[in-house]
Amino acid sequence: METKNIMIVGVGGQGTLLASKLLGRLLLTKGYDVKVSEVHGMSQRGGSVVTYVRWGDKVYSPIIDKGEADFIHSFELLEAARWTEYLKPGGKIITNTQQVNPMPVITGAASYPQGLVEKMTEAGMDVDAIDALSLAEEAGSAKAVNLVLMGRLAKWFDFTDEEWMAAIEKSVPAKFLDMNKKAFALGREA
Amino acid sequence: MKTLMLGNEAVARGLYEAGCSFVSSYPGTPSTEITECAAKYPEIYAEWAPNEKVAMEAAFGACLAGKRSFCGMKHVGLNVAADPLFTISYTGVNAGMIIAVADDAGMHSSQNEQDSRHYAMAAKIPMLEPADSAEGLEFAKLAYELSEQFDTPVLLKMCTRVAHSQSVVEPGERVEAPAKPYEKNGPKYIMMPGNAKRRHPVVEERTNALIAYAETTPLNRVEEGSDHKMGIITSSTSYQYVKEVCGDRFPVLKLGMIWPMPEKLIKDFAAGVEQLVVVEELDGFIEAHCRNMGLSPVGKDTFSCIDELNQNTVAEKLGIPYEKGTALQESIPPRPPVMCAGCPHRGLFYTLAKNKLTVLGDIGCYTLGAVAPLAAIDTTICMGASVSGLHGFNKASGGATEGKSVAVIGDSTFMHSGVTGLINIAYNESNSTVIILDNSITGMTGHQQNPTTGFNLKGDPCTKIDLESLCRSVGIKRVRVVDPYNLAECDQAVKEELAANEPSVIISRRPCALLKYVKHKAPLIANSDKCVGCKSCMRIGCPAISIVDGKAKIDNTLCVGCGVCQQLCKFDALETGKEA
Repeated sequence: METKNIMIVGVGGQGTLLASKLLGRLLLTKGYDVKVSEVHGMSQRGGSVVTYVRWGDKVYSPIIDKGEADFIHSFELLEAARWTEYLKPGGKIITNTQQVNPMPVITGAASYPQGLVEKMTEAGMDVDAIDALSLAEEAGSAKAVNLVLMGRLAKWFDFTDEEWMAAIEKSVPAKFLDMNKKAFALGREA
Repeated sequence: MKTLMLGNEAVARGLYEAGCSFVSSYPGTPSTEITECAAKYPEIYAEWAPNEKVAMEAAFGACLAGKRSFCGMKHVGLNVAADPLFTISYTGVNAGMIIAVADDAGMHSSQNEQDSRHYAMAAKIPMLEPADSAEGLEFAKLAYELSEQFDTPVLLKMCTRVAHSQSVVEPGERVEAPAKPYEKNGPKYIMMPGNAKRRHPVVEERTNALIAYAETTPLNRVEEGSDHKMGIITSSTSYQYVKEVCGDRFPVLKLGMIWPMPEKLIKDFAAGVEQLVVVEELDGFIEAHCRNMGLSPVGKDTFSCIDELNQNTVAEKLGIPYEKGTALQESIPPRPPVMCAGCPHRGLFYTLAKNKLTVLGDIGCYTLGAVAPLAAIDTTICMGASVSGLHGFNKASGGATEGKSVAVIGDSTFMHSGVTGLINIAYNESNSTVIILDNSITGMTGHQQNPTTGFNLKGDPCTKIDLESLCRSVGIKRVRVVDPYNLAECDQAVKEELAANEPSVIISRRPCALLKYVKHKAPLIANSDKCVGCKSCMRIGCPAISIVDGKAKIDNTLCVGCGVCQQLCKFDALETGKEA
């Protein structure tokens, strides 16, 4: 199988790392060669963060380059727009519609672009937008945004519910398991 | 069983399987997780040392005592430890010793982009360079064999993309290392000139033996290709980009041992291809070796020595078509890293900016104090440079800057190499004011314990170095502690210490807001009736505050109720939230 690529992007602290680890483990159980690349250190402090998950028969590069991503899975709307150049022609953007203002917007030095979902769609990109924050709050915590978005992503993979649940159990603390499972289900059904 | 492991985690696994029993390191991105993961194995004693020099010397002592030992650091950390490095090369080891160094091409979390391979050549120490996690595990084990076989420490070179990528490994079992009791051996271990003169030729002979080893070791391998127009020498993550782009088309010589390099192997490889190409990140290190042998590879004339490589760059430079991608035609504001909401550094930096001080900065999360709107930092060089730099700054100005300048340094960085600068301030008497930003943890690298926290790497309680006593004991009489959440207190302390006619230390003390034990208050509530839209609260650059429709708005998913912004509001528009 040709190598498949998914970029998980967002704002430092949103839980992109957990999502990439969860997906990586799941793909490994399916017998693929898998690479997951992370970012640590300075950029994690509320900055723009990106993790790469790649799988196939044999994966060489740990990173995804421009024009290569089959999926851009974004935890924040502006971040989806930021990484569009990495999308493969025919690739899919799955994005949270939640907006987190970056510091230049907060200070008034820049403004948050309006109508990004429409603009990406008009540019011919295949965009699946979801209000993951509301669904996470419905599941019990705004912090479960990442599981809602994983649920949404699950629609595009042929893993069974049991396989997803097993991966979630290994990736989240036991005391938040039920809430996270609920968040995942809400994302998947949305 | 196959599992996914971070490159750093795989190296730790390799150390464990090879019977390593002593680890001493100082945290530094992207090297930190090797030591954190090693510490999880009960068979391995693991510690955070105050700095990389101490760590390397401790690891040397442990190998002298007969235990396979390890120390890990980032590229700039190896500069700190360069002193022992060059002489441990002469003494060699007793049990095996590995020094891991992690480069950060692209400077994801570093202040420079140095290429640590030069250290291997300069210190005459073999260096292995894994290209993924499986090699990280395998090379770590092999490094101990080499260390003991050739009587040398071995450098294990990581880079961000190998250290922080998970790939598939198959862990094995631990094999205890053979006992190597310490035996006194002055001519080998006492490096005074007479002995060192006899050891240097041993080092040169060892390098020759290692070159012979490099010719045949499976660490260096030729992968055949169908098209001999080009032959590519590469290593580390660059190898992955080459294979991603070229597959099996061109022959590839993959170097797993980057120093010393083979000669015959490279010449034979070059002879079998029309054009030799070297693909490597940062400096033309392999390329220079090829040129010294009279070869003329394509190298840094085509590939830049700036920034990290990726598959598209490699494809472009090799003239292979690739998909470019299309960006949305829209101005996307950047999202730089910021101090977290509730960060205890924020109030202190606000005070420094307000007093228009010259601030010599240091290495840590608080480097973000340089970013607008606080923009409170003048310099950032290396660990400890704030304190020693301030002394020089004030001495050179003949005292003219003493009342207008400070150094800021974190608790861990102060223990690393700030205290020596403070000793210089006391000893050589500059009227300098040093501010220790004590957030009770090593923050930037992801919450590591340090000598001032009272806990060791394994999380057990231990001796806590008292910063106040330490500063007083080196001769600083004026030492005071402030709470950075209290702006008036900070302002008063800074003004008084700068006015005083002797050196001083202000300890700005409050734990990192991300620490699990820190209890947060309820988010503040912005009262839009009282808010006049003056934007005073915006001067601290808190990500939880924004102005919406001319009024302050609090993001209650971010706000931790620290109250610093409240102290800036003259209209009491930022109200204390109700505790749940």
